[in-house]
Amino acid sequence: MIPVINVRNLYKSYKGFQAVNNLSFTVNKGDVYGFLGQNGAGKSTTIRMLLTLIAPTAGEIVLFDKKLQTHRADILRNVGAVIEKPDLYKYLSAYDNLSIFAKMSGIAATHKALMEQLNMVGLADRAKDKVAAYSLGMKQRLGIAVALVHNPALVILDEPTNGLDPQGIADMRQLIVRLSKEAGKTVLISSHLLSEVEMIATRMMVIHKGKKVVEGEVSELLDPAHTLVEIATTNDAAAKTKISQTPWGSYLQPHNGLQLMMNKTEVPALIQALVAMDIPLLSVNSSHSLENYFLSLTSSAAHVDIAAN
Amino acid sequence: MWTLLQIELFKISRRPRTYIAFAAIAAIVFIFQFAFKADGESYMNLMLQSVKDSFELEKMKAINGYFMCYIILNTLLIQVPILVALIAADAISGEANMGTLRLLATKPVSRTQIIVVKFTAAFIFTLVLLLWMAITALFLSMLIFGVDDMLIFRVKGEQSEILQITKDDVLWRYCAAFAYATVALTVIAALSLLLSVFAENSIGPIIATVCIVIVCTIISNINVPVIDRNVKPFLFTSYLVGWKGFFYIATTPDGQPIKGSIENWPAILKSLWILIGHIVVIVSISVMAFRKKDILS
Repeated sequence: MIPVINVRNLYKSYKGFQAVNNLSFTVNKGDVYGFLGQNGAGKSTTIRMLLTLIAPTAGEIVLFDKKLQTHRADILRNVGAVIEKPDLYKYLSAYDNLSIFAKMSGIAATHKALMEQLNMVGLADRAKDKVAAYSLGMKQRLGIAVALVHNPALVILDEPTNGLDPQGIADMRQLIVRLSKEAGKTVLISSHLLSEVEMIATRMMVIHKGKKVVEGEVSELLDPAHTLVEIATTNDAAAKTKISQTPWGSYLQPHNGLQLMMNKTEVPALIQALVAMDIPLLSVNSSHSLENYFLSLTSSAAHVDIAAN
Repeated sequence: MWTLLQIELFKISRRPRTYIAFAAIAAIVFIFQFAFKADGESYMNLMLQSVKDSFELEKMKAINGYFMCYIILNTLLIQVPILVALIAADAISGEANMGTLRLLATKPVSRTQIIVVKFTAAFIFTLVLLLWMAITALFLSMLIFGVDDMLIFRVKGEQSEILQITKDDVLWRYCAAFAYATVALTVIAALSLLLSVFAENSIGPIIATVCIVIVCTIISNINVPVIDRNVKPFLFTSYLVGWKGFFYIATTPDGQPIKGSIENWPAILKSLWILIGHIVVIVSISVMAFRKKDILS
């Protein structure tokens, strides 16, 4: 595996506020790497540090085996990014925007190449229209075209589906998969929409309050061992006390309500045990979606601290 | 760098606000020209009132293209800094406001290059603006009012005086004056650019630039010895009107103007160097500030 992004012990603080706290992660060549976290978790700050928009307080960022601090221009020639909103020059046409950023990326794109790029994102017939007249979805697609115009090996997308309609989200998802599978690009995608990451990412990291909570293969993190069982009873507090006095107590999640994290194969035995304990059950729901996992990890600060350590 | 500059100039040329400055200058110049064409004699009567016994001339002949341009420049060069600030103050803050600054700063160009290119583009805008002023205020006035010897009214010490420059000795002075004005206004452009680095929209830097120019101009015009000695020499506004020096012709001991001469060359050169020094310092600070800036917009 060839590392494309290698972040070690990254810190960023603003006037006493620790936005990123000892963050380390690796993105390998060909990964679609999901960067997950709630709003304000530190995703955008980290991405901005990867793109040299803000300077780290401490830590090391290595991209393509080169230190970002000393090889900035070389590295950025191989990186395309859409950061939060797809803001472009509104008083210029899509074609002019694309042409400008191609030149700034150091390539002399021909008219044909620019039109092909616009065609790829479905904007060829609106190439001469001013961006001011574009919808958010069209701007987002143009932002992607700008990010890809210089054929970068690494594509960084910060919340790329923000503000898009369902069709736009589906199109974006398809585009990211195509970038990875057909064009062989490495993609880092940040999102708070976990279902999005679940569908397209191969590896992922969850970040909370600037700290890494968990990192790994999405398939492993969605392993049946991470099945979340939600139980509803007529008296949850009493049920929780009873369960905590049994071996099942070790699976209890530190939440309000009654949730257990366990292997899916153990769920039937759990139900039998609950019945045996005379717990008046209303419902038992099990799921292993990344969203439940994410929520279980990040909804308790104390738990996050333990997990990060 | 050349490609970046081309891109920057292309962007400036496509923004409607760029043309506000050109339209404003044209409007003011045309109003002046219309007013002097309609009733220039009254103005000359007023100006020549104090010297009418000692100075003989044809009043209407005195209102010629050269004289008109001098009057217009005297008025306009106080307002033009605002027009320069409209573009220069938008250089970085406008990009931040649009959200394009983060895209710009993630391209493989250094932040120093970005500032140098933005400054160069602001300088070129200033230069083109002054060329436009030369076309409308000088050459158009020459067409409308004709060409003749030029009269300059000035107050020197306690006395007012009139200097006369022969018509074949004027044009080079205007070329020099416009070149000087370009340098002077480039200081304003640099100042606007510096303020732009710290802002997220262009209104703040434009207002701040105008306020600084107004405050410094007022201080530059206060006649108090302690300010004269300790403050004025360091204010760029003390040198903004140095272009007039090119029209202060040297005279013989019996008061005859010497063709092709300038009364105080060293003062003009000193002013130019001070203005250039201001530009170098302000642009350097802009580069340092921008290199350290966290782009959060």
